[in-house]
Amino acid sequence: MEAEPTDRVLDLLERVKGYQDGSLSFRRSCGHGVCGSDAMRINGRNRLACKVLVKDLGAKKIVVEPLLGLRVIKDLIVDMEPFFEHYETVMPFLVNNEPPPIKERLQSPEQRVRIDDTTKCILCAACTTSCPSFWANDQYVGPAAIVNAHRFIFDSRDRAASERLRILSGQFGVYRCHTIFNCTDACPRDIQITKAIGEVKKAIATGSLD
Amino acid sequence: MKVHQFDVIVVGAGGAGLMAALYASQKATTAVISKLYPTRSHTGAAQGGVGAALGNLEEDHPEWHTFDTVKGSDYLGDQDAIEFMCNEAVQAIYELEHMGLPFSRIPDGRIAQRPFGGHTNNLTGKPVRRSCYAADRTGHMILQTLYQQCIKNNVTFFDEFQVLDLILVDGVAAGVVAFEIATSEVHIFHANAVIFATGGHGRIWKITSNAFTLSGDGIAIALRRGIPAQDMEFFQFHPTGIYKLGILITEGVRGEGGILVNGKGERFMERYAPRVKDLASRDVVSRAMYLETREGRGVNGSDYLYLDVRPETVNKYAALDGRTFPDGSPYRVTSEELLAKLPDIIDFCRTYLGVDPIDQPMPVQPTAHYAMGGIPTNNYGQVVLDEKNTVLPGLYAAGETACVSVHGANRLGTNSLLDLIVFGKHAGINAAEYACSVNFQRLPSDSADFAIQEIERLRNCKEGEPLGDITQEMREVMMDHVGVFRTKEGMTEALNKIRELKERFRHIRIDDCGEVFNTNLLNAWEIGNQLNLAEVTTVSALNRTESRGAHSREDYPKRDDKKWLKHTLTWLKDGEVKLRYKPVVITKFQPKERIY
Repeated sequence: MEAEPTDRVLDLLERVKGYQDGSLSFRRSCGHGVCGSDAMRINGRNRLACKVLVKDLGAKKIVVEPLLGLRVIKDLIVDMEPFFEHYETVMPFLVNNEPPPIKERLQSPEQRVRIDDTTKCILCAACTTSCPSFWANDQYVGPAAIVNAHRFIFDSRDRAASERLRILSGQFGVYRCHTIFNCTDACPRDIQITKAIGEVKKAIATGSLD
Repeated sequence: MKVHQFDVIVVGAGGAGLMAALYASQKATTAVISKLYPTRSHTGAAQGGVGAALGNLEEDHPEWHTFDTVKGSDYLGDQDAIEFMCNEAVQAIYELEHMGLPFSRIPDGRIAQRPFGGHTNNLTGKPVRRSCYAADRTGHMILQTLYQQCIKNNVTFFDEFQVLDLILVDGVAAGVVAFEIATSEVHIFHANAVIFATGGHGRIWKITSNAFTLSGDGIAIALRRGIPAQDMEFFQFHPTGIYKLGILITEGVRGEGGILVNGKGERFMERYAPRVKDLASRDVVSRAMYLETREGRGVNGSDYLYLDVRPETVNKYAALDGRTFPDGSPYRVTSEELLAKLPDIIDFCRTYLGVDPIDQPMPVQPTAHYAMGGIPTNNYGQVVLDEKNTVLPGLYAAGETACVSVHGANRLGTNSLLDLIVFGKHAGINAAEYACSVNFQRLPSDSADFAIQEIERLRNCKEGEPLGDITQEMREVMMDHVGVFRTKEGMTEALNKIRELKERFRHIRIDDCGEVFNTNLLNAWEIGNQLNLAEVTTVSALNRTESRGAHSREDYPKRDDKKWLKHTLTWLKDGEVKLRYKPVVITKFQPKERIY
């Protein structure tokens, strides 16, 4: 098909669906890389279809495939349930049973910066589905779950770090990570995932969050 | 057919839906039904911040916030609802923070705030720091935090279920009919209270900031069940969308000091809004931009302008404006500071335009952004049926899909995220209270028939045109004739075109006969909704012979409070459009001329 260099791969998929074959099925919503719906393999790499422009690929042939490691339901749609289940096992929510102040809990800019990177996660699954350890055994919680655990473990307002570290020190937690770096490479939000996993490993090893 | 029973059903899992579910689930059995996984909702795209008069950096008051919102609404907002929302705002922010929302912080550890269009110190008339933000992804943080809290509280979700119809028994809400996307199975959700929080409908315009999935499903379903839509002619065009793509560049950029520049290098907003300039209300700025490009002062004579946030530009104009930090020192920024404050915007520009905003100005144009109108509700979130505010028992609405009205003819930035959490919360509380006070209605055996018929009709469309052209033509005609500036001739042409498209829609081709993720069928159903909303919008706009807020007519350029200080109610049932009008609630602020 004809395309402009600035067209998104998603635009091309929509054009196929709207004019050639309405049965082509893929998930998408925001169209600009913030919702995480359209993660897929594009010319062999995990990307968000709405963030890849035709000119970025430098090729006339574009191959789109569903993510690896999750059951394919149809075309580019994979079963996201196992991904979300793993996410839910790490207690991905703030835990603090102290009575809150009337106004905001205080948090310094430095404390806030500590979790800035891992708050960016949009749960697109590009990282987990690019991980060879996850392909080998899908009971591994995966990079995304660990990123979301990190976000709370190192949040100065949270009080459940030790529970999460206990969960992640188990058989399918952080020790499945062999520092392969595919996750960091695949992340469309440029989160330093391998580094975050490393910080969690260090916290488990030293028993300290510093 | 599977029948599920819950006290409260929430349709839509964005900010308003999740907030409603969090509160409803504390008192009543609750389920959330969403056609998307919740974290895909478009709340996550909101950038700028949530407005509340915390006064963390400078003096501020909920009364000022109230007045700014009333003025911003071009006096069409219901002042009792606005006052309620602005008074609740401060506590709502603290509540979000307690839930774990990672706001950006000032050195002493309190929540950071920045200026935003239309928000002022009411004594000096200058911009006030009222927007509470989390970098430039406040919406993402709100959505994630609310979803996390729902997981913590074991809220029940039915993800990737498309609600097709509302069940009414003797004029009382009794549940919804939904389509399981993965299997095409139809489910009935039997409930005592239903909350619609299905978001906006920007997709009916060609250049929009809205997600592909925003087809106004809730409003369309309500219309089919004889419920009117309110103030549909008021749709906001945000001034700064990325040229051609429509992707939003937050107003926060202008809050940090960015300015709009035309093809001649002029800061043209000085002429249109002498006091607040680039931080004027969005409708004022969009119109100014449109006029500049129409008069040939676009960049290279074309139809876009520049948003310039290079440090040297920001600092130059901050000095000219006499802008200061809260401590009185002159306002200055560095590249590093801008990079830290606006990382996502910088990423969008680099990705989609190959432009680095720190080094080059960004090409921007107005983009269809926000529905001020929607399903009419009272201040408790209850859906109302007419100009007397007759309640439809058991049906609630909240968020962009509802029209309380707190935004009137034009919404201020940061007030939508606020709207979601305040009215989402109260719709949830009120729906749960109501649901626990009544017994379940008996469901008629034909409750799902209408929905099933609609789906079967679409499924059997084997011969005809593909959806692509109908979609494209609708979006183009709406952008050209029911956009920033409107005329009787243009809107009439648009209305005729939409009616032609509705006829063509009855003869489309659906390629997918399958039962698994038949997105072909669902997209077609969504286009049907959009055509109806386009029709309702155009008729409402044609009939309002004045300009107010986001509704600007070249043939009626003035605001006419004598004839038009009222809300529009539009019905679309069985192909017929009907209009009636409802008074605006005015308490403290008499309508005045709106100057920035």
